[in-house]
Amino acid sequence: MSATTTPTAVFRAADITKIYQMGEVQVHALRGVSMQLFENEFVVLLGASGSGKSTLLNILGGLDSPTSGSVHYLDHDLTASDDAQLTRYRRKNVGFVFQFYNLIPSLTARENVELITEIADSPMQALDALEIVGLGERANHFPAQLSGGEQQRVAIARAIAKNPKVLLCDEPTGALDVHTGIIVLQAIARINRELGTTTAVITHNAEIAKMADRVISLSDGQISGVQCNDDRWEASQLKW
Amino acid sequence: MLKLDRKLLRDLYQLRGQAIAIGLVIAAGVAVFVMSMCSYRSLESSKNQFYEQFLFADVFSSSGRSPNALRARLQEIPGVAAVETRLVYDVLLDVPGMTEPATARLISIPDTGQSRLNQVYIARGRMIDPLRTGEVVVSEVFADAHGFVPGDQVRAIINGRSQALSIVGIALSPEYVIQVQPGSIMPDDKRFGIIWISENDLEAAFDMAGAFNSVAIRLAYGNQVDETITALDRLLKPFGSVGAYTRDEQLSHQFLSDELAQLRGMAVMAPVIFLGVAAFLLNIAISRIIGQQREQIATLKAFGYSNFEIGAHYLNLVLVISVTGTLIGMLLGFWMGANMMGMYAEFYKFPSLDFRPDWMAVALSFVMTSTVSLLGTLFSVRSAVRLPPAEAMRPEPPPSYRPSWIERLLPQRSLTPEIRMVLRNITRKPFKALLSVTGISMAVAVMILGNFSLDAMDYMMDFQFRLAQRQDLSVSFVEPATESVIHEVQQLHGVLESETIRSIATRIRYQNRSRRIGIMGLQPDAQLYRLLDANENVIRVPEFGIMLNSKLAKLLGATIGDLVVVEVLEDKRPTLMLEVSGIVEEYTGVNAYMNKGQLHKALLESNVATGAFLKVDPNRIESVFSELEQRPGVGSVTIKDAAMKTFQKTVAENLMVMRSFIVLFAGVIAVGVVYNTARITLSERSRDFATMRVMGFSYGEVSIVLLGEIILFTIAAIPVGWLIGYGLAGALTSSLDTENYRIPLVINRGTFVMAALVVVSATILSAGIVQRRVGELDLIGVLKTRE
Ligand SMILES: Nc1ncnc2c1ncn2[C@@H]1O[C@H](COP(=O)(O)OP(=O)(O)OP(=O)(O)O)[C@@H](O)[C@H]1O
Ligand SMILES: [Mg+2]
Repeated sequence: MSATTTPTAVFRAADITKIYQMGEVQVHALRGVSMQLFENEFVVLLGASGSGKSTLLNILGGLDSPTSGSVHYLDHDLTASDDAQLTRYRRKNVGFVFQFYNLIPSLTARENVELITEIADSPMQALDALEIVGLGERANHFPAQLSGGEQQRVAIARAIAKNPKVLLCDEPTGALDVHTGIIVLQAIARINRELGTTTAVITHNAEIAKMADRVISLSDGQISGVQCNDDRWEASQLKW
Repeated sequence: MLKLDRKLLRDLYQLRGQAIAIGLVIAAGVAVFVMSMCSYRSLESSKNQFYEQFLFADVFSSSGRSPNALRARLQEIPGVAAVETRLVYDVLLDVPGMTEPATARLISIPDTGQSRLNQVYIARGRMIDPLRTGEVVVSEVFADAHGFVPGDQVRAIINGRSQALSIVGIALSPEYVIQVQPGSIMPDDKRFGIIWISENDLEAAFDMAGAFNSVAIRLAYGNQVDETITALDRLLKPFGSVGAYTRDEQLSHQFLSDELAQLRGMAVMAPVIFLGVAAFLLNIAISRIIGQQREQIATLKAFGYSNFEIGAHYLNLVLVISVTGTLIGMLLGFWMGANMMGMYAEFYKFPSLDFRPDWMAVALSFVMTSTVSLLGTLFSVRSAVRLPPAEAMRPEPPPSYRPSWIERLLPQRSLTPEIRMVLRNITRKPFKALLSVTGISMAVAVMILGNFSLDAMDYMMDFQFRLAQRQDLSVSFVEPATESVIHEVQQLHGVLESETIRSIATRIRYQNRSRRIGIMGLQPDAQLYRLLDANENVIRVPEFGIMLNSKLAKLLGATIGDLVVVEVLEDKRPTLMLEVSGIVEEYTGVNAYMNKGQLHKALLESNVATGAFLKVDPNRIESVFSELEQRPGVGSVTIKDAAMKTFQKTVAENLMVMRSFIVLFAGVIAVGVVYNTARITLSERSRDFATMRVMGFSYGEVSIVLLGEIILFTIAAIPVGWLIGYGLAGALTSSLDTENYRIPLVINRGTFVMAALVVVSATILSAGIVQRRVGELDLIGVLKTRE
């Protein structure tokens, strides 16, 4: 994060907790997390398995609500929103990339993207989105005909095609090998850079953190550290 | 096309086997519904139109010779809109080449050239010229059965004289839409026909100038029938009226009404059975697909698809299946309905009986199938809509299994892991298991329902024509015959045994209920016409009292020991008080029986007979018949065998078409349920199956797990289906319990076995289709993808 610009906070989370009730047992997935995400920022959420990363990201993305605390997206209070408002929020603003791609298997790559652009306000062309992730050639293939990395890139194309304000990626490379992981990360970084999309990426791979403007570490449902990188690495420079 | 809709089509293609099976079940239900409703409307509107245009009467009465002067008084009865007085006589026909007797009912046409009521519709040829003698118009079915065309001649034995009648036209009448001879239960086109002839001819032939013996009345709209009947009976009583009756007791109208009631019954029953099964099938198919698509649903939600859009997506999937099924059912229903009309056209004669699509019924089908399908899937779809997206992203937790209670009941050594898997799978979802069993049992039940009517008919034939009535010929006399006539008949060469009867028209009353019936006086030791109870035991005609058949007893609410009042409607018209001395089982008509000698005493008459039953040397039946035919006193002669054969032929033709549909539809249900259940087990368990295969289980062992469930369901469903089928057959017989005939609730063992076999075959067929997929399981693929 460069110190010369005045950053606008896109997300403001204040003291959020999330408790899952599992019969008798309470699982504290988040125990008082406060954080901000700024415009155009590339943030990596780092943490061990079970530390609450997905829970946090889902709350930011309006897929889930915290047990307590508040979350604002710009001037929207997400915690005060009902289901229909959250749906509208996601529809207008959020692009998701999931660890397991979650493409609709019965639709081709292009149709998967179009499925989302059809309900967006000012989307890009589905083919353009696929070009950005380098899959213009494979537009008419079904998910089953694509490799994991290709599927994940389609998922990224799908997430960015609606020109979202924020891009939330939950372990986008979790199921991929180094080489394809890097291609996917390059695609995400490029979108952040070229479209100015505020981007949050979950990983438990510390190496990936080198790409970020800021790295937020979670452990056991709490923020255990925030680190700013003066120098963002290119994805191609990463090794793991 | 929206991409979500494209997904829908592709999902549908994935689901095609199940979708087709479900669609066909819906189609079958809709087909029966549309067929019955269209037939109902077509038949009813043809009926109403014919009745209105050709002035079908509301009240009928017959009497002895009544002076025409009475007509003016009849006209003055309050509520009467129009009166027709006429002459009606049943005569024997002398048809060349025909060895069996044919009876014709002669009906007079007044000088105006058309009846005032029950008017004649000329289908071919022309109306008679009332001023020319010997011209007649013949009813269509009868003419067709004999190949008569206008210009032909027919000979009738009128009042003992053979007379030539020239046919000038072929006709229909609202009074004889279906031509059933009184006393028989089925139309017999060859042996009973209607002939219209000029009043002058009939008056001359029967010496009835200035008189009538039959009255038809049309009521002014909204009038009290009972009062009209009372007044009419009072006027005609001195002239030997046997009592007036309404359309409800008019045979042709009764048959039509029964038919319409049956169609309505079918229109109610079919949707209940078929749509119930379809709702269940849709429910399991859609819950499954929603379960499989949890993550897709979550993804759609994450990207901002609203609950409404997602709900609509799945409901649309349901609607595509049900609407397509309904469309197919509609077309099939139209086609079946048109066939049905063709069949009806052979029995029921209208100026026009066209198949009319009943668009209201079609609209109703769409509403019904859509509603039922949506209701059947509402809960699953609601769960899809309610699915919290964050949670759905996480893979579904492994289903929790428990050792099932059945396992504890079974010997431990017999429980292989495969069998345990099957049992636990069933007991984990007992409700689904219950519904599957019910679904399959419905197929069994429908099969029984479709086939039992043949068993019942066979039984009824056997009961009526072999156990009860053992004569070869029955003769009825025009006037009660004296002992000498009886003797002559009995002496005919070839007659082996004979019994005489005395029938008399009466009105029987018990408390406030009454019925017009004929009482038959039988000889106490009658062997040719025997009375039986429900267990087929012969009942000896007792010395005193009256025996009612079970339908009459039910109608009157009278039972053994009760005193009934019998008003005799002939001769001296005595009123008798009689004790009910027995209940007789009969499947046709409402009848009562008395000791013949006792009846004579009550009527203060000598030993006379109105009819006789004859046992005849088989080689001499024809000669006895033609001898009888020549005798002036003989009104009609019936050969039992001929009557039986016609009956069987009519019934068989009628039932065969329906039966083949029903077998087909039962198969559709069975395949639908079995295929769906097996398909869903396969899809729920394909990972398990692939894992088992990878670990070295054989194809056969895996198949046991897949098919064990469905085999157990089928085994359980068969007895349940037998029970339901028996219940439905019972409901059907009681809904078809009419005064004309009853269907006994008799189901042969063969029918039960047959139902089980059809369902087992359907099970094997559909299980086979699904099981082939086990061989095609992509072992690596299944293990790689996350469910
Ligand atoms: N729906 C749920 N019900 C119960 N507990 C849950 C639920 N979702 C998450 N948890 C629990 O909350 C904690 C945090 O989960 P979360 O998914 O946020 O972890 P994570 O950091 O994303 O882990 P991973 O890297 O393995 O994906 C975990 O202990 C998890 O078991
Ligand atoms: Mg996670």
